[in-house]
Amino acid sequence: MNDTATALRLSPTNIGSAAATRTAIEIRDLDFYYGKQGKGQALKSVNMSVPANSVTAIIGPSGCGKSTLLRTINRIFEMYPDQYATGEIVIDGANVLDRRYPVSDLRRLVGMVFQKPTPFPSSIRANVAFALSYYERLSKAELNDRIEDALRQAALWDEVKDKLNQSALSLSGGQQQRLCIARTIAVRPEILLLDEATSALDPISTAKVEELIDELRQRFSIVIVTHNMQQAARVSQNTAFFHLGELIEFGRTSDIFTNPREQRTKDYITGRYG
Amino acid sequence: MAIPARRRIADVVAFAFATAATVFGLFWLAWILWTTLRQGAAALSPALFRDMTPPPGATGGLLNAFYGSGVMILLGLVLGAPVGIAAGTYLAEHGRYSRLAAIVSFVNDILLSAPSIVIGLFVYELVVRPSGHFSGYAGAIALAMILLPIVTRTTEESLRLVPDQMREAGFALGLPRWRVTRRILYKAALSAILTGVLLGVARIAGETAPLLFTALNNQFWSSSLNGPLANVPVVIFQYAMSPYDEWHVLAWAGAFILTAFVLLLNISVRVLARKGKDR
Repeated sequence: MNDTATALRLSPTNIGSAAATRTAIEIRDLDFYYGKQGKGQALKSVNMSVPANSVTAIIGPSGCGKSTLLRTINRIFEMYPDQYATGEIVIDGANVLDRRYPVSDLRRLVGMVFQKPTPFPSSIRANVAFALSYYERLSKAELNDRIEDALRQAALWDEVKDKLNQSALSLSGGQQQRLCIARTIAVRPEILLLDEATSALDPISTAKVEELIDELRQRFSIVIVTHNMQQAARVSQNTAFFHLGELIEFGRTSDIFTNPREQRTKDYITGRYG
Repeated sequence: MAIPARRRIADVVAFAFATAATVFGLFWLAWILWTTLRQGAAALSPALFRDMTPPPGATGGLLNAFYGSGVMILLGLVLGAPVGIAAGTYLAEHGRYSRLAAIVSFVNDILLSAPSIVIGLFVYELVVRPSGHFSGYAGAIALAMILLPIVTRTTEESLRLVPDQMREAGFALGLPRWRVTRRILYKAALSAILTGVLLGVARIAGETAPLLFTALNNQFWSSSLNGPLANVPVVIFQYAMSPYDEWHVLAWAGAFILTAFVLLLNISVRVLARKGKDR
């Protein structure tokens, strides 16, 4: 996989018995810049293998580049001028960072859920059907099945099955976030990126979403960015600690939280900064 | 805890000023409505909407003027609003970071503040002179040109008010920009965009200057847009300047209907905007 010593050290498969062995995302020498002429470098030669069918948490103090990393994986950063990435992100054998790789294929493969729930201003049904009917030609019955399926997977079906035609904005924050997850998994991606997906939710909704994340890892490879270290410890199998744009340490969550190798990791998880 | 006297006095003074300003604004509106109603009351009858503009000394109504105004406003709307919405969409979405958009936006500002008589003269040169006669088409084009920058600006502003998170959420699903714009952003900004269009209609409904050089006026019934067309603002202008009492009364009645129409449009705008907020 990787041949440099750092990469070996950072690869989760080389630290104890990793939770999974198949690699979902292979990140190689990833640099990320904000602003013209690379004034602000947000990620510095990141190398990382994200294992498949498990939850990988990305933690670190504000401004460490963890959200940037997520936004690089599905290339959503391309929306904005003066932001660019170099290096490789390999998914299913292809470098998705290559501009020739169709961004719509990539985003179908890699779904993303954001910090603030972002239901579209239409019905619950339309929200889930939205991307689905763009990618696939489905009969009405098939579409209904897929919508139900997605809502069930997102543990929302029982709460909304009788009001699918109501506005998505009428749902509670936690329900809205699960609707966003449903909408994302409806197109059957392989990878799910969750960018602080519970930080705008109350504790009960958070618990529900965390439970959901744990179930979803059977079918998806999940990367979550979180400010909440307890959450990382609760839901993830592997954890990566970032600091100032660098990947400091990556390994099994239990190891990172009980026995970190790096002093900086230790300082962060014991609350000395961040 | 007691609020210091100074703050209480400041509060009372600010409140008094704000209230006085509101009353001041409303006073003129009420006065205008009342005066036009009182002066035009004599002509406010079914005949107003049934008869044509009369020659001096005869009785009549404003049917041809209402028709002409209605048709030209409608055509101006059909011509101007789609282009304005498209341009506003370009400015807010596609051209966000481009130089061209900055230029278009600047030019739009100029168009927005261009005196309407200049627009009238421009369309006169563009349409009336080559065709050799005044026409409803020319009037509608002039009105469209006044509507266009208003709708462009309000559409741009409305779309900019939709948070970027909504765009990101759409793009993160892999959807192309036009689909995100059409299916998500337009929906989110719908009431604001419609508000802009209605405000634009209210604006062109009362425009007189651009019609003087384009549609001119027509004392008789004419449904053809390819010739001079009667319209409320120019009829008001002509009748109010005349020495005949019957014409004065009709001018007042026309002014009342026009003001009431604009007021009604603005009220619908409020209702629409509130509906948009509730969702």
